[in-house]
This record gives sequence, structure tokens and C-alpha cells, in this order.
Amino acid sequence: MNSETLNALDTYSKNKYKYGFVTDIETDKPKKGLNEDIIKYISSKKNEPKWMLDWRLNSFAKWNKMKEPEWANLDFPKIDYQNIYYYSAPKNFEKKPKDLSEVDPKLIETYNKLGIPLEEQKVLAGVAVDVVFDSVSVATTYKGELEKLGIIFCSIGEAIQKHPDLVKKYLGSVIPPGDHSFSALNSAVFTDGSFVYIPEGVKCPMELSTYFRINAENTGQFERTLIIADKGSYVSYLEGCTAPKRDDNQLHAANVELIALEDAEIKYSTVQNWYPGDENGKGGIYNFVTKRGLCAGKNSKISWTQVETGSAITWKYPSCILKGDNSIGEFYSVAITNNFQQADTGTKMTHIGKNTKSKIISKGISLGKSQNTYRGEVSFLRKADKARNYTQCDSLLVGNQCGAHTVPYIDSKNNTAVIEHEASTSKINEDQLYYCRQRGLSHEEAVSLIVNGFCKQVLQELPMEFAVEAQKLVSISLEGSVG
Amino acid sequence: MFLDINNLSVRIENKNILNSLNLKINKGEVHAIMGPNGSGKSTLANVLAGKEDYEILNGKVNFKDNDLLELNIEERAQEGMFLAFQYPVEIPGVNITPFLHSAINSKKKRMNEEEIDNLSFAKLLKSKANELGISIDMLKRSVNTGFSGGEKKRYEILQMSILNPDLAILDETDSGLDIDALKIVTDGVNRLKTEDNSFLIITHYQKLLDYIKPDYVHVMVNGSIVKSGGAEVAAEIEKDGFQKFQ
Ligand SMILES: Nc1ncnc2c1ncn2[C@@H]1O[C@H](COP(=O)(O)OP(=O)(O)O)[C@@H](O)[C@H]1O
Ligand SMILES: [Mg+2]
Repeated sequence: MNSETLNALDTYSKNKYKYGFVTDIETDKPKKGLNEDIIKYISSKKNEPKWMLDWRLNSFAKWNKMKEPEWANLDFPKIDYQNIYYYSAPKNFEKKPKDLSEVDPKLIETYNKLGIPLEEQKVLAGVAVDVVFDSVSVATTYKGELEKLGIIFCSIGEAIQKHPDLVKKYLGSVIPPGDHSFSALNSAVFTDGSFVYIPEGVKCPMELSTYFRINAENTGQFERTLIIADKGSYVSYLEGCTAPKRDDNQLHAANVELIALEDAEIKYSTVQNWYPGDENGKGGIYNFVTKRGLCAGKNSKISWTQVETGSAITWKYPSCILKGDNSIGEFYSVAITNNFQQADTGTKMTHIGKNTKSKIISKGISLGKSQNTYRGEVSFLRKADKARNYTQCDSLLVGNQCGAHTVPYIDSKNNTAVIEHEASTSKINEDQLYYCRQRGLSHEEAVSLIVNGFCKQVLQELPMEFAVEAQKLVSISLEGSVG
Repeated sequence: MFLDINNLSVRIENKNILNSLNLKINKGEVHAIMGPNGSGKSTLANVLAGKEDYEILNGKVNFKDNDLLELNIEERAQEGMFLAFQYPVEIPGVNITPFLHSAINSKKKRMNEEEIDNLSFAKLLKSKANELGISIDMLKRSVNTGFSGGEKKRYEILQMSILNPDLAILDETDSGLDIDALKIVTDGVNRLKTEDNSFLIITHYQKLLDYIKPDYVHVMVNGSIVKSGGAEVAAEIEKDGFQKFQ
């Protein structure tokens, strides 16, 4: 961490959730509730072909017969699916604007405030961004440059129109709609999200990034992301998210599918900062996310890095299916819960191919009255000869009203598998705090420094531009933790 | 008066550790405290630095016109108090550069002085490290993490040199050092010494005082100062031990 960050920490730790503002913009919104009509409405708004609508309706039929998964260590009132808006878009947004002159200045202003400038001259260097506002993609930067390399980076809506073959082939191939109720729900009503295709042998020269923003009230966000890395290609993709402060809980149920073909590598990073609710546990996002990557080809690699600081409830297990021989899956996670937040997060590594390797590094930090659970499943199938897993789960408790839980499952059907597991739970060390403060750091600075140090193994996996951002976020999340 | 400890009594876990302790230090003076193990030397250092585990039963401490016991740990540090720890704690994942940089700037902020920028700080750190024989490689590691005893002590002196305190308390900084390291460390202290700052040096052995010349030597037994004098007191202890004071 550099000293600039430290200065920033100081400023940041003084303001609470600073993304909590609301953009006042007229929207197109059908009635609340989930039924076939709303699905047809979404599909027609997006001008989708019939196969897509059929896929949605099929998924809806599946959802109708399913119950929510119940195994997570989470406690929340029943979600009333009929009391949610399933579509919200700024008015007259049937077609994505061709350029920024067609975008409502209020939207551009919103993203400026969030630190994501969209204007050509101000765009983030080295990062191409697709921004999603409620149910629609607003703009994608650096499109032209990527097209020259044959890289497709666009909204999923656009991909359905322009690249139907790729979408048909891969959509739902890693997360089948019937996998569980949240994946069925997402498949039925997903609105927007990003699509990435990296052609054979191409190393994507910049970070690709999507920024999700929930603005409208009582609106669910159901984005769908599909990333395909063709043979020998490489891509690093980043996802960020925020939402306004609201007293009601809002539902976010995304599906993200990654496919890495032979020798390809996908690095997927998330900085999740949905509104967590206030200090009494009122409001906040319910974040039920399914992320799964398929290492389809030999020597392929998928790496998930996540920094989870937001949401009232986080239910999320970015997973890897290691099908290709010698393929590698990685999961690096920092999850911080404060106040009344609950997080149940972890990963699933499924070893199918020979010599497949997986690595799990999880750092959970609990403060206030929050509950933080790591849940992981590592399985070795019969043919996964000489597969290996390394798991390290560390929990840090700040205060004595919070909880940290570690639930690792291991299932091996192949006796050549090698499994290493390390776990620790500790309280924030008073001697470390004393030491830092004796040098002149405030109590709050000291906590944030020590926690950032605790997370370093994970934070250093993030792309440079975002590591600093993530450190600030870690510090903000610790706010109010010291008396 | 610069530091004035008046009739200080301190308890921890129902055990009296410091008993009506008195000590006065003027600007520009070097004081040494010697005493057997368990006599309360580290406790005194920690109470002065503001560690919160202690129960102050009685007494007053004045530091630079402040009622010291009213200030918290970081306020005391920012006022110019530095404690080189007997056992410096490891802080994994935290690099010394940003750590010390924000430490020095929080002090400057309190003093209403201009903060020091990245580049100037990096230069300062490098040159001080060089003086103390600390390699660049060591600066890249996490604070105290995986350091040997001697390395930790040198790191404390490095931090002291950067923060340039008004009052530096060195708690057995000499223990665990070989002769070469002792020389480096004491050179560091002597370089820092001016008319305007003071040192309180806690030690077990007389050896250290061959390198740092104290103005006063105090003998501490059972939480009180039982004898004060000049360098000759140290020589006396060297010869006869602490026995006769107990
Ligand atoms: N945290 C503590 N809890 C209980 N007793 C303590 C604690 N710290 C110090 N003591 C006791 O106080 C006495 C003085 O300790 P200390 O100040 O470390 O002595 P010195 O530094 O002179 O060796 C010892 O008897 C020690 O056991
Ligand atoms: Mg001691």
C-alpha cells in the first residue's frame, strides 16, 4: 500500500457510504410482479428473437417449481417476488445510445460522481468500461480499439442481436437455468450485463470492466454476464457495483458464466460495494449471485478475486469446474461484514480432469453484530488423477458481538488427490494496535492498516488500478468499528 | 519541567507494580534506569506511552506542559513521545514505508506543520536506513515480520530517527544485540541527541552506558526509584549487582 492510499484512508474513513445518492430520472417501468407477461415485456423491450424468449419462459417454468436454496447461514425475511419491479430503464431507452450526445446528462453526471467518467477525453486509461444502469447498458468505452483485435465487448442484449450463435452456444452452458432457483430466476428475467468474446490467441490489452448501478426503488437487478476466452487467449475482467441508500431491501441476483478453452486464461475480479444497510440493519441489497467458470480446455485457467464489502446479505460462491487436464482454478476472497450484514460466501472447485489444481485463499473480517461464513466445497471426481487443492481460510474478529464461521466440505473419489487445508481465527491484536498508535497513528488508521495487511494476499491479486480503490473500500467498511 | 513524574502508583490485575515513583527529566538530559527483572521498568515505559491495561492509583505526570495521563496513546506520540519496545510486535502485510509515512504526517498535522510528500519521505527513510545498516530489502518487508531480535531493535531505532521525538524511551534496546549491532544502535542514538531532546534509557546491563553517556542513573526496585546519581551508580551495580538495593 502506498502512502497516498493512507492519506485517502483518512479522508474516506470520515464519510460513510458515499455512493448512496439517487439519480432523479424518468423511467420506463412496467407493473411490479413476476409472471409470463413481464417476461414477454422485457423480451420485447429488448427486441429479442423468439429463441431467447422461449429460453426465458422455460426458465420461468422451472423457477415456478423450485424453492430457494436453504443451506446458507443467513437469516432474512421471505422475499416477496411479486413486490419487485423487474425492469427499469431511463425513458426512451429502447435503443442503446449511439454515442454520449444521446445519453441523458444526468446519467453522465451520475457516473462522474461514482468516479467512472464516460466522456471520451476522460475515460479511465487502460480500462474499457460497460456501464449498466438499472436494467440497461448505458455506454461502453474503447469499443473501437477492441474491435480491431476481434474482441467483442458489448452488452448481452447487443450480443443476442449481433452474435446469436455464440450466445446460443454458451448461454446457460455453465450455469443451467434449472441449477437452483436464483439461476432460474435470473435466466427468466435477466435484463442486461456484459458479453465478452476473446478470439483465439488474442491477449486482451486492457482491463474490461462493467459497472453496475441500481438506481430505481424496489427494483431487482438481474444481470447476466458471459465471457468466452477462445484457445490461447487472455482477459482480465472487473466488476464494480453500487446502489443508493434506501430503507427497503433490494434484490440483486446475477449470473456470471465464464468459459476458458484450451490454454486460455480468464481473471475475473469483483469489488462489491452494494449498499449494506444502515447501522441498525435497515435497508441494503440482498445479493444472491451465481458465478461459475468452466475450464473447458487443457491448460486453461480461471481465477476469481473478490472484495465483498457491501450488501445486507451476500450469498455467493464463485466456482470453477476444472474439466480440461492441467487446468487451474483460483479463488481469492476478502469479505468484510459490519453492523448487521450477513455474508455466506466461498467457492466450489470441481476437479474433473487430470493434474488439475485449485487454490483458495479466503479472508473474512467481521465487525459489529455481523455474521461472516466461509463455505467451500472441493471435490475430486474419479478421473481427476493427481489433482491438488490448497485452501487457506483466515478469519479476523473485531469486537465480540460478531461471528466467523468456516464450513469446508471435501469430497474425493480419487485417492491420488492431494489436499492441504489451513484455517485460523483471530481477534484483532491489541499489541499491534498499541504499536501503531505509539507511532502516532489514530486508532481507526491502525485498525485499517492491520486489516489491510491481513487482506494483502488477496488485494495484491487485483489489477493495479483497483487495488488502491479496494484498500480504501476496506477502510470505509471498518468505519465505526472502534469506540 | 520537561517530564515530571510525581508520586506515581500503578496497579495491574490487583498487583501493585509502581509504588510512589518520582522522576524528573529536563530538556537535553539522558537518564538511565537500571533494575532487576520484574522491578517494573517496562511498566513505567508503557504507562508513560499510554498503554491502556493499567490502573493508575495515584500520582501525576506532566510532559511538555500537558497533563500526560489525560492524553491517549497517539496524542502522546504526536506530542513527541517515542517508545522503542522491548519486544516489538510483528504486523504482517504492513509495509514500513506507508506505515512510518503516515506516522510522521500525523505528528506534523498535530504540530500544524506541513506534511511530508512521498518522494521526500522515501529519501529520508533510505538515508536513515543506510546510516543504521538496514538494507533496502528489509524496508520492503512487513513491519518486524520474520525479523531477528537484533533486526527488530535496529528497526525501532530507525523509526525513532525518522520520528525525531522530544522524549525517547528505550526499553532494553541493548538486550539481544551483539557488539557490532550495539555500536550501530548507540551511534544512532548519539546522532539524534541534541540540547532539545531527552532520553530515558532502560537497561539491565551497564554495557550500554559505555556507549551512551547518561547524565543520571536511577536504580529501580519493586516499582520505586531507590537510588539516583551519576554514572558512578552504574559502575556500582556492575560491581555488586542489585542485591544491596533490595
Ligand atoms: N499485563 C500484566 N499482567 C500482570 N502482571 C504484569 C503484567 N505486566 C507486568 N506484570 C508484572 O509486573 C511486574 C513488572 O513487570 P515489568 O514492568 O515487565 O518489569 P521489568 O521490565 O522491570 O522486567 C512483573 O512482576 C510482571 O510479572
Ligand atoms: Mg522489561
